[in-house]
Amino acid sequence: MTWLFKHRFLILRRLSQIGMIFLYFAANVWGWKILQGNLGSSLLFETLPLSDPFAVVQMSAAGALLGLDLLIGAGIITLFYALIGGRAFCSWVCPVNMITDAANGLRRLLRINEVEYRYVLSRHLRYWILALSIVLSAIFGVAAFEFVSPIGILNRGLIFGIGFGGAVIAGVFLFDLFGAKNGFCGHLCPLGGFYSLIGRFSLIRVKHNQEKCTVCMKCTEICPEKPVLHMIGKRSEFVTMGECSNCARCIEVCESDALHFDIRFLNQKKSASL
Amino acid sequence: MAKDKLPPLNERRRFLLQTLQGIGLATLGALTWSAYIDEASAASLVLRPPAALKEEDFLSHCIRCGLCVEACPFDTLKLARAGDNIPIGTPYFRAREIPCHMCKDIPCVPVCPSGALDESFVSTITKNGDKELDITLAAMGIAVIDADQCIAFWGIQCDACYRACPLINEAIVIDASRNDRTGKHAFMAPRVIGDVCTGCGMCEKACVTDKASIFVLPLAVAKGRAGSNYIKGWDAQDENRLKDQKGGGETTLTPKSSQKPIDYLNSEEF
Ligand code: SF4
Ligand code: SF4
Repeated sequence: MTWLFKHRFLILRRLSQIGMIFLYFAANVWGWKILQGNLGSSLLFETLPLSDPFAVVQMSAAGALLGLDLLIGAGIITLFYALIGGRAFCSWVCPVNMITDAANGLRRLLRINEVEYRYVLSRHLRYWILALSIVLSAIFGVAAFEFVSPIGILNRGLIFGIGFGGAVIAGVFLFDLFGAKNGFCGHLCPLGGFYSLIGRFSLIRVKHNQEKCTVCMKCTEICPEKPVLHMIGKRSEFVTMGECSNCARCIEVCESDALHFDIRFLNQKKSASL
Repeated sequence: MAKDKLPPLNERRRFLLQTLQGIGLATLGALTWSAYIDEASAASLVLRPPAALKEEDFLSHCIRCGLCVEACPFDTLKLARAGDNIPIGTPYFRAREIPCHMCKDIPCVPVCPSGALDESFVSTITKNGDKELDITLAAMGIAVIDADQCIAFWGIQCDACYRACPLINEAIVIDASRNDRTGKHAFMAPRVIGDVCTGCGMCEKACVTDKASIFVLPLAVAKGRAGSNYIKGWDAQDENRLKDQKGGGETTLTPKSSQKPIDYLNSEEF
């Protein structure tokens, strides 16, 4: 029971990730009409369009005059993450997250973390790749990242059959295992970078309560985006950096209950007056 | 070690070096990436769903969502996977495997959210102003016949493609001609009418030869272009173009043309 509780968000996240893939898969194979398409663009209950705003940005840079459904769909998703979810796409939806988490787990098991050769792979790299995606899209007239995106490859692979895409996925796994800790999601992925940018001011956030904190640092140990928890043991405040993916691992590992989800802006004033 | 003797880098130098390193890496990345895109977007021998924009625009519009693939009741459409040598994630079909069945309601087209499949390409306006889907307007490609391997051209009776064609006698017709070799048989050779053929590939699927002797090629590959310098004398509209030509209306005089054409026909040996 306590194990379940300690992993409640992890379980919910996996359910969410697998559940979405399952619905997409069911739409393709059995014709279910709940969630059709894939993470590029989908149709919810045959009415509500949802589409990947980053792909739409690239396509617009490529000079495409896009269909209305696509623009509405991208608008809905942008609004959702900008207002509510932050970078939640990464930890609650993206299937690559399961691959990189698996690599991370194995890494801990094999104790690769302890021997890692510390070369510097900047966490800003993803923003450069993001910019590069848009520039290359404009030059070549096609959505550039979509040509190489492991997210699209894995997502389509799971729904429509994997093909040679397995090599790309294995590449990401091995890179995260032997190359760099959280190498793909934490450093390279431009989609993660994109959601960091649009989710910067989203409402649902992890909040740190310094009075309860025992400075055991378990949370920063587990956090895939270490720098976002810079306030631990120092100040009571919200995790405001856009890079936080709301995965809630820190909340789960904290034994002194010093971290929890909260609604930013609403509760900021309250805590300020305390 | 020599490394130990080097003086420590000062902040400015470190910054400069890091910037250079960044620029170097970015250039390298951009170069490999663009080489890949260039190659991946060059596949020209691929058949797209009906009503697709022309290949270049299609590639910039398609978001690779697969909604068209799911809508297709015959499993004709597939999304390209890594290694298919088709821009990854985009829908295509292989006529010899599963051709397009030319559904009347064209389910794959209206679901496309991106405009990569354009309904207006396969719609007509009816008399009372309604839009009506018409799959016969589709132009996925054109069937091409290899007359050397098509056994109908050998004089063997076969009309598999003709019978399979959803636009029988419109998109494929049979030309009968005398078989001089035997003196008492006929050749019954198929011929594709390019303007009518939709490129659905039913004929390619039906062809009985080992490798299909009639096969669909994308328009951009199968079609020639005559150039604007040829003018059809028998086409009244085309004749108008003469007026727009540079030096249009001028008559060239050569020794022969100094005579009236009618005299020429009457006097010269012919
Ligand atoms: S960083 Fe990229 S790959 Fe990782 S979870 Fe986020 S979107 Fe997926
Ligand atoms: S429905 Fe449109 S955007 Fe989606 S895969 Fe098909 S052609 Fe591409």
